[in-house]
Amino acid sequence: MPEPSTPEPSTPEPSGFLTGLGVSRGRAAGPAIRMAAPPTLPPPRPATDHATDHAADHAAEAAIVAQALAAVAADLTQRATAAGRATGRATAAGHADGTAAEAAEILEALAMIAEDPVLLEDAERRAREGMDAARALDAAFAEHRDALAALGGYMAERAADLDDLRHRAVAFALGLPMPGLPAPGHPYVLVAEDLSPADTAGLGPDVLALVTERGGPTSHTAILARGRGLPAVVACAGIMDVPDGTVVGVDGGTGEVAVGLTDEQAAEVREGDRADRARLAAGSGPGRTKDGHPVKLLLNIGSAKDLRPDAEGVGLFRTEFLFLDRTTAPSFEEQVAAYAEVFAQAESVIVRTLDAGTDKPLPFLGLPAEPNPALGVRGLRVDRLLPDVLDTQLDAIAEAARKTGAEAWVMAPMVTTVAEASGFVRRARARGIARVGAMVEVPAAALRAGRLLREVDFLSIGTNDLAQYTFAADRQHSALADLLDPRQPALLQLIAMCAEAGQEAGKPVGVCGEAAGDPLLAPLLVGLGVTSLSMAPVCVPAVREALAGLTLAECRDRALAALS
Amino acid sequence: MAHRTVVVASAGGLHARPAKLFVQAAARLGVPVTVRLGEKAVPAKSMLGVLSLGAGHGAEVTLEADGPGAEEALDSLVALLSRDLDAEEALDA
Repeated sequence: MPEPSTPEPSTPEPSGFLTGLGVSRGRAAGPAIRMAAPPTLPPPRPATDHATDHAADHAAEAAIVAQALAAVAADLTQRATAAGRATGRATAAGHADGTAAEAAEILEALAMIAEDPVLLEDAERRAREGMDAARALDAAFAEHRDALAALGGYMAERAADLDDLRHRAVAFALGLPMPGLPAPGHPYVLVAEDLSPADTAGLGPDVLALVTERGGPTSHTAILARGRGLPAVVACAGIMDVPDGTVVGVDGGTGEVAVGLTDEQAAEVREGDRADRARLAAGSGPGRTKDGHPVKLLLNIGSAKDLRPDAEGVGLFRTEFLFLDRTTAPSFEEQVAAYAEVFAQAESVIVRTLDAGTDKPLPFLGLPAEPNPALGVRGLRVDRLLPDVLDTQLDAIAEAARKTGAEAWVMAPMVTTVAEASGFVRRARARGIARVGAMVEVPAAALRAGRLLREVDFLSIGTNDLAQYTFAADRQHSALADLLDPRQPALLQLIAMCAEAGQEAGKPVGVCGEAAGDPLLAPLLVGLGVTSLSMAPVCVPAVREALAGLTLAECRDRALAALS
Repeated sequence: MAHRTVVVASAGGLHARPAKLFVQAAARLGVPVTVRLGEKAVPAKSMLGVLSLGAGHGAEVTLEADGPGAEEALDSLVALLSRDLDAEEALDA
């Protein structure tokens, strides 16, 4: 039966609801726009025996090749100009914006690659020899990509840029939307299969909320969204089928996505969000339960610019975030400056030493690829191969503390055994670092929490990795999201063991994983005996409010119920 | 055939910004110039070609060109490569 040709009348109700996992609280409404996936090549067209008969076709394909490269270059040049203007504005306003200037330079260099006459010649030649335009572009890029990748180091990183250019050019040749973040020029809800760290780094202020088809509660999308206070829903089946431009309402708390809102309904969603935020912002002060039991509310930060006055210090300073894009090791002086900048502005800071791993490789370490990186050389284990890196970092932390007069707390990621912890403690204390701790992300460390606390001054539980390793479930795997749910009793039991060991030893045991920033989970963690909660700055008000609404006894009841 | 040999002065080698400035300058000349490093020769106006040379700081590259204007063209490129373009960037910032 043919489709009805008349458009359906607009309905007063949302045309449907989709449900995923709400991973970052807040509500937003706006037109959904999908981020296009990299194009796949269509099957090759049948080979022609008499190429000369098809000379005209081939010339046409060659012309498409040229248009595609020109379009990609023009798009990049336009973006470079926009980034350049942003730099100009920032400079005029009295603060130089190195990031925008750098972005402009990178985009300009990419445009020059898209305009490269040698690349154009290669691709055109392949088209004239009988390839369709998409295939000719694909093949020409592939050849140059391999040449760059073979050089290693900085050049190998440019190989990934070439892939991006290739996707764009091939998409143009196939008449598909250009992949990459949309830039519609108005606020929108970003919809994607999943988002990589590279995608999320480029998110502009136009993005109102994130909805992804895949991803779990600890995926990059979730962490980034919480960090920026963007409502987000992940593992939302069906969202990629919603046509671009459909107005959707996103509730990052409940995980509900209303599809096809009217303007009035969209306005209601926004008004509700404003009211929620105003109420939360009115709260202030240190973390307390209803009956006054103190729970420190701390911040997870990547650099000084993430600091907010609204907390009791920093519970997790992710130092690797300062150096993610570096191909050469950061110097001692550079590290001292970066740490001192944070120490000077926060009352207490727990510095985590470099945590390179699967999901955040540090190019300057030059670690070899591993078949199973989550179970490989990551976190403190890197010290087995490159001891100088930790020595330099500990020196820099100690020096930054001396310069600022701050009391530096330092902790190591991925501690697994007591021997590893005591080795770390010895090296940190030798430099005069005041408080030395260990992260608990590996079940082996949680099981030995009592013994670990004879070596270290404090523990900090990274619930994301602890869940991944306890449940043998990749934290990026959307099909296993239920196993990574922080309410899983086995995970809570490990947290309880650590907290009890801390109470016996009279030493602090905090949680710095994503669970700490969830207002439903935070009281439960406090009930288990956790003494501090460290979270993305945007989570603090809601957690403060949640704790203030319950007594310690009520928190304990919740914990007991969850464990049973 | 005119040719010049020059040592890459930029601290980071002929990568990133220095490569961009070099290729832009070469494209403006109107004289086809070839850059050679060891066995490998690439057109100077090709960003991918120049990057794929992997010419680091201190690398000795040879520039070649033919025809009218070749000498002047090479002189201008030699002058560019003899400067530390990375350091100039630092001054800009």
